[in-house]
Amino acid sequence: MKETDVIHVSKDRPEKGKYVKPLFKGLSFIFKNFLTKPVTLQYPTEKTQRSQRWRGLHRLEVDEKGELKCVACGLCARICPSEAITIVPYEEEGKTRYPKKFVINELRCIFCGFCQEACPKGAITLTGVYDYIDYNRTDFIFDIEKLKTPEKLSFKGK
Amino acid sequence: MVEYLIIPVIKLIVIFSVFLLIAAYTTYMERKVLGHMQLRYGPMRVGFHGLLQPIADGIKNLFKEDLIPENADKTVFVLAPAISIAVAIILLSVIPFGPPIKILGREINLYLANPSIGILFILGFSTLGSYGNILGGWSSGNKYGYMGGLRGSAMIISYEISMAFAVISIIMITGSFSIVDMVNAQAGVWNIFKQPIAFLVFLISGIAELNRTPFDMPEAESELCCGYNVEYSSMKFALFFLAEYIHMIVFASLVATLFLGGWHGPAFVPGVVWFFLKMFAVIFLCIWVRATFPRLRYDKVMKLEWKFLLPVALLNILVTGLVMALL
Repeated sequence: MKETDVIHVSKDRPEKGKYVKPLFKGLSFIFKNFLTKPVTLQYPTEKTQRSQRWRGLHRLEVDEKGELKCVACGLCARICPSEAITIVPYEEEGKTRYPKKFVINELRCIFCGFCQEACPKGAITLTGVYDYIDYNRTDFIFDIEKLKTPEKLSFKGK
Repeated sequence: MVEYLIIPVIKLIVIFSVFLLIAAYTTYMERKVLGHMQLRYGPMRVGFHGLLQPIADGIKNLFKEDLIPENADKTVFVLAPAISIAVAIILLSVIPFGPPIKILGREINLYLANPSIGILFILGFSTLGSYGNILGGWSSGNKYGYMGGLRGSAMIISYEISMAFAVISIIMITGSFSIVDMVNAQAGVWNIFKQPIAFLVFLISGIAELNRTPFDMPEAESELCCGYNVEYSSMKFALFFLAEYIHMIVFASLVATLFLGGWHGPAFVPGVVWFFLKMFAVIFLCIWVRATFPRLRYDKVMKLEWKFLLPVALLNILVTGLVMALL
């Protein structure tokens, strides 16, 4: 190590040997802070903006008629690395296939977003909801009804 | 009968309840002001902007488990918070917080007692209050508590001296030990203009005696992990806490009465309001100082007292005496 690499912090400090002036400098700085608006947020009621690409809870998209876009092809269940998705398809003669049961175990899910990418119909997307809480582990196994409106499940305080 | 029993009892109840309420809300004020100084909000949840927070804290403390450690000296352990709070509340009795008022044709003085040695009474009892800290730290059978207690006693021994010397110069220009006389003597010019050095010495050593942040040796969180009250829980801890805040209120009102003219001020608001305004200004100053300065090293705290404040206070007394003799 060369002598030039050493940074002497205390050698030529402008405040060295002064005692009273820095105290008042600090006091005035803190008082300025006192008058400025706090930078913190009141968390459950105010939240920061999530990124557009944030991978949170899943949503099953519906079309304009209010029916699920999902055709129960099973690609998402196939590609899911943690095997969190279970689909039971149902099909009547001459009509489109639709999922009779669509269950996502949110405790198993690792929020990788592969299901969203694999879906040929754009039926499953990941939303920005990141703060779902509940009391039982069984509450985290989402059925179709819960998956339709994940925004409702966001934590908003009492 | 009315003169000696009923009026003092009413005054007692009013002073007791009002000042305890103020003490509770001083904790709220401290948290709120400190929060805003650190660019955050402070308590916001309980009630409007956290206004019910002190009450919630009190209820929480009452329902917490009351622990007495196995190594503790149980009698002293229980006694220490009681000493702390009792001595702190006694101090409130001699503080004059307003000019005499007339109610139903009877003149009522806005203080509980006016002993002729008022200021000595306050100095003596405020020192006694630190017995609570020292005994509490010693009896809890914990090395951190013990260290906190030792440091507390060292702080009291040192800073009491310069505090008393600062008060002596006020006594000299007033010619009386009574606090009411001191306030009356400041009707024209406040003592802060006559004795600015004594004011500064009193302020610094007062903050040191309160064990507040630049000098919070007995409860240095990062060194002693809470100091003398480390083993205390539940309401015993709350009593220590309350005693600390009552001491702060007493200190603030002492600064207001001794140096800032007590209840004197422009007459458009009553004297009581002036007194409380000055008191809260001093409390705000204490919080401001706490938010700004980091804790001093232990030997530097002692150096500040013995090598700076004490000589300055002594010189101040000398100069005051000389000026008084010559004029």
